[in-house]
Amino acid sequence: MIEVKGVTKRFGPKVAVDNLSFEVKNGEVLGFLGPNGAGKTTMMRIITCYMPATEGSVTVAGHDTLTESFEVRRHIGYLPESAPLYLDMDITDYLSFVAQVRGIAPSERHEKIRRIAEICGLQNVMGQDIGTLSKGFKQRVGLAQALIHDPDLLILDEPTTGLDPAQIIEMRELIKRIGREKTVILCSHILPEVSATCDRILIINEGKKVASGTPDELATATEGSVTIQAKIYGPEAQVREKIEGMEHVIGCRVVESPPGGPVTFVLKAKPNGDLGREVFKMVVENGFSLSELKAERISLEDVFLQLTTKERSAE
Amino acid sequence: MRNIAAVLQKELRSYFNSPIAYIVIVLFVGFSSWLFFRSFFMANQASMRLYFTMLPWLFMIFAPLITMRLWAEEKKLNTLELLMTMPLKDWEAVLGKFFASLFLLVVMLLLSLPLALSVSALGNMDWGPVIGGYLGAFLMGAAYLSIGLFVSSLTQNQIVAAIIGFFLCFVMWIVGENIVVFMAPASLAGVLEFLGLGAHFESIGRGVIDSRDLIYYLTVIGFFLFLNVKGVESRKWA
Ligand SMILES: Nc1ncnc2c1ncn2[C@@H]1O[C@H](COP(=O)(O)OP(=O)(O)OP(=O)(O)O)[C@@H](O)[C@H]1O
Ligand SMILES: [Mg+2]
Repeated sequence: MIEVKGVTKRFGPKVAVDNLSFEVKNGEVLGFLGPNGAGKTTMMRIITCYMPATEGSVTVAGHDTLTESFEVRRHIGYLPESAPLYLDMDITDYLSFVAQVRGIAPSERHEKIRRIAEICGLQNVMGQDIGTLSKGFKQRVGLAQALIHDPDLLILDEPTTGLDPAQIIEMRELIKRIGREKTVILCSHILPEVSATCDRILIINEGKKVASGTPDELATATEGSVTIQAKIYGPEAQVREKIEGMEHVIGCRVVESPPGGPVTFVLKAKPNGDLGREVFKMVVENGFSLSELKAERISLEDVFLQLTTKERSAE
Repeated sequence: MRNIAAVLQKELRSYFNSPIAYIVIVLFVGFSSWLFFRSFFMANQASMRLYFTMLPWLFMIFAPLITMRLWAEEKKLNTLELLMTMPLKDWEAVLGKFFASLFLLVVMLLLSLPLALSVSALGNMDWGPVIGGYLGAFLMGAAYLSIGLFVSSLTQNQIVAAIIGFFLCFVMWIVGENIVVFMAPASLAGVLEFLGLGAHFESIGRGVIDSRDLIYYLTVIGFFLFLNVKGVESRKWA
């Protein structure tokens, strides 16, 4: 659907996007992640033909953003950062303007607007001036204008900033629902948002790609190991010795050792093999007993921080 | 065509949904009628000549007030990003906005028709120069609007757009005035006289409609609308 090849964007001496290449497949929901100033918005502006790249090329649905920008724009629904809207228009007028430019026939406009208002939960505010809406409703109007022409590709730049928790959840549900049928790029610097909604995550920092993969892949790849917490009944020293003797284990640490209760171990191992199964086998073979076995995921927050700060300290 | 109409409609909705359009129209009609009648009773002539000599100066102020928000506000609110990422050509947006401002101008001119009617009721008026005057005023107003619209595309501050727009209209008007033409080197004099908005306005105002004057106005309008397209594109030049 989208092919980004070696895109660099400079603003004077400032490099906002630095030789970035990636692809988004049809139907995929891509989380585009990076700290403030990483170049997310700039990259989206290049894809949506708002501004050209200094170097490199972008194609959307096979059309080049420079030479066939008109075609590209027809495929895209775009909600820019902080949902810029005409504050002195009412929602219905605004949406019918968008519908008109999007080439929706006059006879269908009314029905399309009604349907999109329903999807975005705008039915009760339709006649209101956009300027008088709350932030969350403005965001919904922004989403409605991006969806009204049923685009193949939806680009959302931080769609949940400024929303209250209930609205954030609602917005995420909506994005998930839309993501089932459409290709979506979701820009954000909030990890839970991206991991909750996206098939694949691309992390950039200072304009460069630092990682990409599914949320699971990212969590494993960056840590380079898996971690398990096991509560085992048995003499602490003996159990520990057995654990350290296991094949892939690289570390073992006792977290808790209550008298008469199970000892809590945290094991770190190389990612090959099924650690949980091996721990279970070890316990059975040695006549200990197992109280609890829990795989500990390192959180994506850790991954994100690790990746984006590693880059910085390397400079 | 469809896109031009869409932008035109959107701008008109914005104009009439906010107080700007009404304020500009009411102020213009009030100002121009007062100035007109004041001098009309002094001159004691059944003619609109005074009205049409005054119009260029009024339009110089009112045209930039009409156009100042058209691009500056899109830039300020960043709605430009949404507008320009829709399937819409830059020149279509420029024309849509230009026609919206022209609509306001026409409303303003139509609202001055009662002036002409009351003058003709008071005495025997020659309608030839009046019709010429209206045509000239329309063309000159359109030229001012194209200048104001262009300036609006260069800034996100409406006040700056209005002031610079006014200044540029003023310059375009006076370059053809006698004082400027006399002071300029002889080789430039003819060019300046041709470039100035004033001389063409006066010749149309006499009721003589010369195709050269029409072409002149259309060229000025076309030129500034072209610059306007470039101004909108300037976001891409970073
Ligand atoms: N028009 C511009 N002129 C100059 N510099 C710019 C321009 N647009 C963006 N930049 C710079 O490019 C860098 C990337 O900005 P961008 O807005 O793409 O970041 P972002 O990842 O969207 O950040 P955020 O999470 O804060 O929205 C920033 O350092 C910014 O200052
Ligand atoms: Mg951003």
